[in-house]
Amino acid sequence: MDQDFRDRTNDFVVINDFVVKVATVNGTGSASANGMLMQAMFRMGVPVSGKNVFPSNIQGLPTWYEIRVNKHGHLARSPNVDLMLAMNPKTYEQDIAEVRPGGAVLYDSSWSLDEEVLRADVLFLGVPLSHMCVENFKGSRERILMKNIAYVGAVAALLSIDIEVIEEMLAEKFSAKQHLMDSNEVAIHLGYDYAKEHFDGLLRIRIEAMDGNRDSVLMTGNMAAALGCVYAGATVAAWYPITPATSVMDSFRGFCSKLRKDPETGKNLYCIIQAEDELAAIGMVLGAGWMGARAFTPTSGAGLSLMNEFLGLAYYAEIPAVIFDVQRTGPSTGMPTRTQQGDLFTVAFASHGDTKHVLLFPADPRECFYFSVAAFDLAERFQTPVFVLSDLDIGMNDWVCEKLEWDDAYVPDRGKVLSAEELQEMETFYRYLDVDGDGIPARTLPGVDPKGAYFTRGSGHDRFGRYTEDGDLYQDVVDRIARKIEGAAEALPAPEIRLADDATIGLVTMGGCRGAVLEAIDVLEEEGITLDFLRVTGFPFSAAVDEFLLSHDVNIVVEQNRDGQLRRLLVLETSVPKSKLASVLDYKGSPLSAEVVVRGVREQLALVAVQAG
Amino acid sequence: MTQTAKPSVRHPRSKQNKLGLTQRDYEGTQSTLCAGCGHDSITAAIVQAFFELDMPPHRVAKLSGIGCSSKTPTYFLSEAHGFNSLHGRMPSIATGANAANGGLSYIGVSGDGDSLSIGLGQFCHAMRRNVNMLYVLENNGVYGLTKGQFSASADVGSKAKRGEENLMSPIDPASLALSLGASFVARGFSGDKKQLVPLIKAGLTHKGFALVDIISPCVTFNDHEGSTKSYAYTREHGHEVVETDFVPLLHEIKAQQDHGAATAVTMHDGSVVRFRSVDEGYDPTNRDAAYAHLKQLQAKAEVATGLLYIQPTSLDLHAFENTVSEPLVDVPFEKLCPGSEVLAELQSRWR
Repeated sequence: MDQDFRDRTNDFVVINDFVVKVATVNGTGSASANGMLMQAMFRMGVPVSGKNVFPSNIQGLPTWYEIRVNKHGHLARSPNVDLMLAMNPKTYEQDIAEVRPGGAVLYDSSWSLDEEVLRADVLFLGVPLSHMCVENFKGSRERILMKNIAYVGAVAALLSIDIEVIEEMLAEKFSAKQHLMDSNEVAIHLGYDYAKEHFDGLLRIRIEAMDGNRDSVLMTGNMAAALGCVYAGATVAAWYPITPATSVMDSFRGFCSKLRKDPETGKNLYCIIQAEDELAAIGMVLGAGWMGARAFTPTSGAGLSLMNEFLGLAYYAEIPAVIFDVQRTGPSTGMPTRTQQGDLFTVAFASHGDTKHVLLFPADPRECFYFSVAAFDLAERFQTPVFVLSDLDIGMNDWVCEKLEWDDAYVPDRGKVLSAEELQEMETFYRYLDVDGDGIPARTLPGVDPKGAYFTRGSGHDRFGRYTEDGDLYQDVVDRIARKIEGAAEALPAPEIRLADDATIGLVTMGGCRGAVLEAIDVLEEEGITLDFLRVTGFPFSAAVDEFLLSHDVNIVVEQNRDGQLRRLLVLETSVPKSKLASVLDYKGSPLSAEVVVRGVREQLALVAVQAG
Repeated sequence: MTQTAKPSVRHPRSKQNKLGLTQRDYEGTQSTLCAGCGHDSITAAIVQAFFELDMPPHRVAKLSGIGCSSKTPTYFLSEAHGFNSLHGRMPSIATGANAANGGLSYIGVSGDGDSLSIGLGQFCHAMRRNVNMLYVLENNGVYGLTKGQFSASADVGSKAKRGEENLMSPIDPASLALSLGASFVARGFSGDKKQLVPLIKAGLTHKGFALVDIISPCVTFNDHEGSTKSYAYTREHGHEVVETDFVPLLHEIKAQQDHGAATAVTMHDGSVVRFRSVDEGYDPTNRDAAYAHLKQLQAKAEVATGLLYIQPTSLDLHAFENTVSEPLVDVPFEKLCPGSEVLAELQSRWR
């Protein structure tokens, strides 16, 4: 070891502001070890995020996990890797190349590194993980699994993670399985003790307990969305398995199996149907919605493509439905385990003919919960499908979020549903008659009263619900539906707006880009560039979105797709001139980083300056 | 062209059922199908069946896909909610509706294009889930609304109106249903209402998926010489394998001594289906034998009709999903939402 290097690193220790990346092979059990590392940091009260970068594969391909610790709470993905745990020899070259100068690589020194991958500006820390595990454990499976736990121990020593926190987590996890507890204990200490002995105080990054996270929890967006469905009172769920939406239904089933059993009979107060495809999944949701149940389906872009036919029917026949679109990269199969925001166009005007749908864009798991509940209210109130668009990063990664709260006074908004008594008092019920002038007609549920009967159809119908091929009568209905959907704009969650003093440029974004964009605003502010912030939370856009865009000279729209779908939608659906909108785009499949935003904004501002000058 | 309501006059001496309703109360709007269409005869049989079962019309949900057959739910039960869905997608709507509210009676009307081509997947999976519904497949071997293309049920050698011959094997819904494990499989002929009404009644009463495949000639595009789905052909080649009589629960069972060889199957609610085998030894509760017999007749270009197979008790969708007996739409919100304390408790573990 170079003595000078060690001394230099000790001169500027960075506390609670670094990135650790773990490079492993999928199917080896590393995911839970990595999660444990992140969880331990969370329990130490430090702001932290973990991003899983995984292949569409079950076993044997490279996979990565990125942990970012940031005392200021900036938790978007950061590409500046301080410590790389290089556990996959097949990707040594790219993994080691990724480390920032002055950073470190921890590798399994049971085998030596090739000369070619070595770098002079990076510290190499070899731990004989495989050797130690072969000596201490029996059976290949246990040796592989415990290697993961051993590197967790080594990292704990390197970063000064409180070993007691890790031991406490192991105790909770394996409380019923003493032999697993024992193996994990041994493995943790193999790594910890080795690193303590050989590399103590060597790294320039360190973690220190903070006072944070007390009112926070770790959750994924898919978990939170599923819990929202439970709390909103959804009873029917239909789906077809698809990454990255599958865990919405896994979670819903998990929650329901505990929270939705009839106390007397032990039977289910819910019905989950694994459909034959997404066509059937959305069909089942519509059948249930028509019948008066709160019903939903989770899917991703490829599933939405199949659902298009039914979405037009739902829009035109005015049937409530909630669709969770956990976005992944398209088109076609795309990169199914990578994130993107590429489905805006697909959902905003889904299906043939004139349609326009209500969309919600949660930024994090917490919003996935609240928007999920809101989506059911909106769907029933406006009698139309409502889409909650998250993405793989929000849906599948653990996020540190403020605890969810529930107001026990909440009453579901079932919209205009006529009871048997109300029907009896009416002379005649007509399904599509706009009695209140808000574009929302009353509906009835099957089985309630003979007077409520009507025929639901996707074919032309008049305001009385009768089949028609008369152009005027047809137009009367579709115009009313357009009014109804426009009316939803102000009922959606309000956009998030942050105004700086005297800013003339707006930074506009949606969904999971929030963190990276806010961090970029902070970085740019230090450079003297002040920016206002708008996060669009729903579609159709509210008046506040229009006002924000019009009141800025330039609005730079940051989003994760190639075609600037949000920017284009703003051009179409607000009064802002196209010339006032610019784009910063990122669509390689990774969660957005502030670096990309900062670079993109600088470029856009330079362009604006050239055009102005 | 808009739909036409029927005049609301009724004969003062119209027969009434136990609910005090006349058969007229089970009708819908005027049919707009071609004069002589087999589907209209099926509609009449459906009306009679519901009337005779004393079912309150508004406790029925009627659904369909797209096509001539799928228009027919407007022609019966005007006091029932109807859902004319998408081409081939009615089974999924019915499945979701049934999941939400198992307390209603469900009738789905489909055609051979709707069920055997564009909707084959959904048709199969609804049977697999044993959704509690009557599924009426109005089978004419041809696409009517698009003017005369062969459907997947067209028999080998059957001729289209313009003369071309179908060379591909047909998909036979009855044998398909038997092979998929369907719990009720019947076949009728639109020209034989006497046979059809008990089949529909038994199908409506059956708990689980009841398929009634009904040969229903298309007078405009498939009723010519050379067609195997014409009135003439079906009359000549139709082969009733069992005579079926449906006896609803609590209905006084009059001894019919002339049905000496009748066997009775009791359904889940206590209703009884009585059979008299026309073909010697035919046992409609033996799936494999039913399948084999069907195939033998098919090889002889004969169309087996009657209640071909019944499994009187089987697990349906709600049994598979272990749902409460109360319809899910009737469960109060308070029982569905776990509340703030549970949320706090849950989250205490997410650390």
